[in-house]
Amino acid sequence: MKHTETFSAEHRAFLKKRRLRLALVWTLRIGLLLGLLILWELSTRLGWADPFLTSSPSRIAQTIASLYEEGTLFYHIGTTLWETAVGFAAATVLGCTVALALWWSDLLHRVLEPYIVVLNALPKIALGPLIIIWFGTGSEAIVFMTVIVGLIVVIMHMLTAFLAADPGKVLLLRSMGASKFQILKKLVIPSSLASFISMLKVAVGMSWIGSIMGEYIVSRAGLGYLIVYGGQVFKLDLVLSATCILALLAAVMYFLIALLEKLLVKNAES
Amino acid sequence: MKDTILSFEDVKLIYHTVRGETVATEGLTFSVEEGEFVAIIGPSGCGKSTLLSLAAGLLTPSEGTVVRRGSVGYMLQRDELFPWRTIEKNLFLPLEVKKKLTPDAKRRARALAEKYGLGDFLQSYPAQLSGGMRQRAALIRTLAAEPDVLLLDEPFSALDYQTRLNVTQDVSEIIRSEGKTALLITHDISEAISLADRVIVLTGRPARVAHVHTLDFGAVTDPLRRRENGQFSGWFELLWKELNA
Repeated sequence: MKHTETFSAEHRAFLKKRRLRLALVWTLRIGLLLGLLILWELSTRLGWADPFLTSSPSRIAQTIASLYEEGTLFYHIGTTLWETAVGFAAATVLGCTVALALWWSDLLHRVLEPYIVVLNALPKIALGPLIIIWFGTGSEAIVFMTVIVGLIVVIMHMLTAFLAADPGKVLLLRSMGASKFQILKKLVIPSSLASFISMLKVAVGMSWIGSIMGEYIVSRAGLGYLIVYGGQVFKLDLVLSATCILALLAAVMYFLIALLEKLLVKNAES
Repeated sequence: MKDTILSFEDVKLIYHTVRGETVATEGLTFSVEEGEFVAIIGPSGCGKSTLLSLAAGLLTPSEGTVVRRGSVGYMLQRDELFPWRTIEKNLFLPLEVKKKLTPDAKRRARALAEKYGLGDFLQSYPAQLSGGMRQRAALIRTLAAEPDVLLLDEPFSALDYQTRLNVTQDVSEIIRSEGKTALLITHDISEAISLADRVIVLTGRPARVAHVHTLDFGAVTDPLRRRENGQFSGWFELLWKELNA
């Protein structure tokens, strides 16, 4: 960037065009959001839509402000965030461990394969009543739900990545006399880094599904609880407020992982 | 009389799949002497790579014996450099695996890299090197573990023609100047003639030795010089006929 003056006129024009394009994309992105919010607000004010059914940006802001004044806003956010994060971490650690075990033992993999396929296809919400009975109505139940929603996906994703290690490089390592553990450490794990990150992105989404689903089934606090409660008492302001916060949190968590990806990939490929 | 470093005696190997069994090789007998460069050529699909796996001890023969004196170093079709490791760390890989990564071994690996023009690239990643340089790095990696015999599995076949000639030149020079024993498997007749002291021609499956030729190019070991040599086309014609017999 320092040497702009040495570029040809054509290249400078190319760079300028790219910058303008990027600016256009961002303007339109933000414009779209603002436009929708304004349209939403106006439609309720001008009587095109019933705010009782559709709520409105200003009513959502008020609801969030009053939750804050009551001192429960961060309590609900914290509860859901905690359940999601713990479930996410547990599903990731447990899933990677199981995937490693399945990579290590082909027999175990062959034996467990049909069970994994069935568990993956099973709608986890069907386990709701069991979870309530086993874990009660506290956060444990919701964390458990989050784990089982994410776990199988993590296992399948990572196992695929481990098994995809380049056969040529495996042959090379074996010709050097490498043990299975050395192949794992020197080839399989490092070459699965990119898949690990993409798995994290999927698992974050699954964890949100798990924690909110868990809160729908059984909870006394959290954003999922606010949504269910708001629905039951027909307070759509509350439902949509919690939904908006949820969208924001999910986006933040996703971007954190994207940031992690940038750091790790930068380290790996210099 | 030089020492035999690798010998196959009456080797038979059967491949098993659910659908049946395939005899990859049967009654295969040959040996490689110390300091020799032997090339094995055979019709495609005759199980040439299987042969190297047997030589490396990765496969056990169904019958017969493979005797190996000393350690082997494998060089494959593709360079198989690990993209997340620097060239230096790639060169250290066999030493790490063998748990022989001593300061002395590191120094030797670095010296080899310096000697063969990789000194400036030690801290680079494989993606930053050209195909030819990468294959050279793969050879240095193989040599870093100081193997007694090099097993080369069509190490040039993935390169474009120009690079292939250069890398062949490179590899020949390095192997000759390090005085290494090498066993090259290839389907490329001219490559075999330009590199080897001795060429073994295999039959189709099950592979056995059809012909053995000692190439008398005198002291000419340089692949390009050999290609220019008057005998080259004669050998080519003979081997081509034998392969297609």
